[in-house]
Amino acid sequence: MEAILAFTVAIFFAVSIYLMLSKHIIRILLGVSVFSNAVNLTIFTAGRVTREVPPIIPIDLDVPAGSVANPLPQALILTAIVISFSIFAFLLVLAFRSYQELGTDDTDGMRVAEPKGEDLPPLGY
Amino acid sequence: MAVEPGHTVDLSGAMVTAPVPLADWLVVAPVAIPIVFGAVLLMVRHETRFHAGLAVTGLVFTFLCNIGLLVRVLENGPFAMTMGRWLPPFGISFMADALGASLALVATLAALVCAFYAMIDIGAVGRRYGFYPFMMLMMAGVSGSFLTGDIFNLYVWFEVFLISSFGLLVLGSQHRQLDGATKYAILNLVGTTLFLTATALLYGAFGTLNMADIARKADGLREIAPLTTLAVLFLLAFGMKAAAFPVNFWLPASYHTPRIVTAALFGGVLTKVGVYALLRVLVMLFPPELNLLSGLIAWVAAGTMVIGIMGALAQSDLRRVLGFVVISGVGIMLAGLALGTAEGLAGTVFYAFHSMIVMTALYLLAGVMNGLGGTYSLRTLSGLYASNPLIAAFALILMLAVAGLPPASGLWPKVMLVRASIDSGQPWLAFAILATGLLTTLALGRVFILAIWRPKMADAPQRPTSPLLGYTALTALTVPVLIMGLYPAPVIGIAEKAAGGILDSSGYIRTIFPEEARP
Repeated sequence: MEAILAFTVAIFFAVSIYLMLSKHIIRILLGVSVFSNAVNLTIFTAGRVTREVPPIIPIDLDVPAGSVANPLPQALILTAIVISFSIFAFLLVLAFRSYQELGTDDTDGMRVAEPKGEDLPPLGY
Repeated sequence: MAVEPGHTVDLSGAMVTAPVPLADWLVVAPVAIPIVFGAVLLMVRHETRFHAGLAVTGLVFTFLCNIGLLVRVLENGPFAMTMGRWLPPFGISFMADALGASLALVATLAALVCAFYAMIDIGAVGRRYGFYPFMMLMMAGVSGSFLTGDIFNLYVWFEVFLISSFGLLVLGSQHRQLDGATKYAILNLVGTTLFLTATALLYGAFGTLNMADIARKADGLREIAPLTTLAVLFLLAFGMKAAAFPVNFWLPASYHTPRIVTAALFGGVLTKVGVYALLRVLVMLFPPELNLLSGLIAWVAAGTMVIGIMGALAQSDLRRVLGFVVISGVGIMLAGLALGTAEGLAGTVFYAFHSMIVMTALYLLAGVMNGLGGTYSLRTLSGLYASNPLIAAFALILMLAVAGLPPASGLWPKVMLVRASIDSGQPWLAFAILATGLLTTLALGRVFILAIWRPKMADAPQRPTSPLLGYTALTALTVPVLIMGLYPAPVIGIAEKAAGGILDSSGYIRTIFPEEARP
């Protein structure tokens, strides 16, 4: 099971890196979204996959009797999903606003903050 | 958990049963106070006249708590508090040691002065859009990063200050801000996601996220787990946050676009959180891997400092000059990490204190100069000495500080770093630090000559504003710079203690796990 998940994660990472290498903001954003999902799956796999044994301790024991599913990755992934989702939502709005204002989503054309051919500081006075 | 009558569950094996001493609550105060004040500021966001007062009050409280924290750590050694009564490593630990507490204190000082300066820099519109709540939440994230003892929690605090910094960066929605913020946001998000990737793999190898637990288990896992790969991933992720060459390009693209007080806060505080995380993770958790990577980090450090300052030489906008100076300072801090010796790391920590204060002050100085001269462009900014001689004094002290010349604070950390590089047989690194100092003197000396000494140009814009509040803010930052420069012994003591605390992690481990100290 871990091997299949590891391959899936690898494909996710490959897709996200390919998309993030694009110079169009929208593709970069899609890449970022796939990237955070790749990481979530990595956490899931890193927590070891144990099926169908809920981590519930019987009332007369202090520790579970045998090996049970690991509950911690779910907490980690939920936190990571909430964070990446909210930041992704912000990024979408930001990208749309800059597309509206700057008229392009091509990073080569986004040179407002760092204009091309800016003159050098004066050498003397 | 409902317990049937007749069953008694012994919780002492898994939970903290004794009440937490009142003094230990101090460790969460620098995070809790800014969050509470940020929430209150959100509730009163339409009453903009209360904002500055509330924010300054909150940061003064935070500052006082940070002083208490540092004094307690220096007297009694590090202490910890674990959340939710679960025993570590199950509960999330907050941990104050000399490194975290001192950096949190200096960062709060910079933020406090920024909150004060924002009274003139941020108008009612900026306040209504939430400048002060964003600022408080950002400081909560920064303090949390400095004080947490759990690596996943460190990621969460990174995201907290990251998303608040997005809000601060786009405040005003000018074209250049949107452009800068897009690049800043995407590249920083990629950096933190890389950090999360490394954390996931670390969790897969160790099965724990508590830093003290990782530190004590690392030796046993070195044979079977790919710890060097993890160290490289952390180096890349935190290097992006710290704006180290060659992943520094988001910083000069964005730091000159927001309001000057936002730039001051970012330039002073944010990159140092990346440097702090590098110190904490690489030095404390993976020392043999750091040793293996030290050659690479030395080249990264030299590249960052030299390329940063060369960038500063080529800029004609004062704010962009300062953005590149921030990068070159990060390179100097990385030099100590590359050396990995006690003196080198102490130099890095001291440089971080110095850089937080001086970079904030330099950005605020640029703001005051813009207020007096009407522009940030070095082509037209002129004649400030003739009209306001006092600003020349501030500028001189701060520029000497950032160049590493006496009598200001930049001298001592550079002396420590240069001596440490020569002692560990890497004189070329010492040469790079000194050459960077020379180039910094040239870059900022030119700013001084053009903006302050040059007679008023005929076509210079006229927009004189009262610099009184700006002078007060600058005084609050210049005095510590001079004190650290003229009487550095206590600061060097704190820096050495901080470096010792991460080099020998046994004190840290003993604080979290009192019963399982490594011999």
